[in-house]
Amino acid sequence: MSRIIVVTSGKGGVGKTTTAASLAAGLAQSGYRTAVVDFDVGLRNLDLVMGCERRVVFDFVNVINEDARLNQALIKDKRLDNLALLPASQTRDKDALTAEGVERVIEELRAEFDYIVCDSPAGIERGANLAAYHADDAVVVTNPEVSSVRDSDRVLGLLASRTRRAEQGEPPVREHLLLSRYDPQRVKKGDMLSVEDVREILAVNLLGVIPESKAVLNASNAGVPVILEDDADAGQAYSDAVARYLGEQRPHRFLEVERKGLLGRMFGGQ
Amino acid sequence: MGIADYFRERRKQQRGSASVAKERLQIIVSHERSQRDGPDYLPMLREELLQVVRRYVTVDPDAVKVEVDRQEDHEVLELNITLPEEAERVR
Ligand SMILES: Nc1ncnc2c1ncn2[C@@H]1O[C@H](COP(=O)(O)OP(=O)(O)OP(=O)(O)O)[C@@H](O)[C@H]1O
Ligand SMILES: [Mg+2]
Repeated sequence: MSRIIVVTSGKGGVGKTTTAASLAAGLAQSGYRTAVVDFDVGLRNLDLVMGCERRVVFDFVNVINEDARLNQALIKDKRLDNLALLPASQTRDKDALTAEGVERVIEELRAEFDYIVCDSPAGIERGANLAAYHADDAVVVTNPEVSSVRDSDRVLGLLASRTRRAEQGEPPVREHLLLSRYDPQRVKKGDMLSVEDVREILAVNLLGVIPESKAVLNASNAGVPVILEDDADAGQAYSDAVARYLGEQRPHRFLEVERKGLLGRMFGGQ
Repeated sequence: MGIADYFRERRKQQRGSASVAKERLQIIVSHERSQRDGPDYLPMLREELLQVVRRYVTVDPDAVKVEVDRQEDHEVLELNITLPEEAERVR
């Protein structure tokens, strides 16, 4: 039985696409057949973050309109052979995705993949609803900042009422909090909400904490999901999150200000 | 500003802005939750209650609060009507 995971947030620019790419790559690395679907119609980005923008021929809307078959539109990842991307369309027509069309494509994906990761557009309107509708799991990406936390709470409300599971009275969507762009230094100074603060407010299972990291920009510049960068803090944090998603117990890392060694203190001080 | 206020303000700033953020979030999130989790008729009920109250007393639009509180096996409909000070009443 395949599982559908929506990566969502309400607020824009908090790290959904970064997370969708790494989550999908991590699941594929763990041996699962994984598809990642870009729902951000008109603002295709996942292809760039995954480094396959030049291989896009057909897209999600082409498949919905039956201008192309699913297998013609899916792009196989060059690094991980059980990972594939379904790119978003660049059309400006926001209604190009239809509920029936999405359902049909999801059903078709279920037949071939263990995990289907849906990268939601920002907002809590139609596009976000379509991306979340079929979800079994939701990864709610949140930054430690007031408007992001508030929007996450609204998204949690939407997951509890406007999804297929909610409408059909099935067990609810499993919700996971992914706190991203976390800066322990600023938390220590008291300028940034702490993990505990955000957990207390949202009261959702914490899947992971991704530190604010230069590695994220570097990885997206290179078109590599950051989780594949073994040496990067953010990459390791994503690996932990994927392992936790798959049921492993792992302590949270990168929550404390790094203690610098003597040399670090002498030369790397702020 | 008195000297006590000055120190209170200073302490607040030293404590950092995160604690203010947390307090504000707790308030707004619990308010928004109580609205969205409630039945659809809540806003209408609130509106009509407000009209009835206003036949007798002049109150602010936000003087009437209607919330549904979910407890283990039952729900409580909580009505809160804040009356103005004696001097501001119409009759
Ligand atoms: N942990 C992180 N550390 C530093 N930068 C990050 C981190 N996560 C994301 N970013 C940066 O934040 C920006 C937005 O990220 P991303 O595109 O993943 O967000 P999004 O939620 O998908 O945005 P949108 O709502 O527009 O779809 C990017 O420039 C990305 O490199
Ligand atoms: Mg995005």
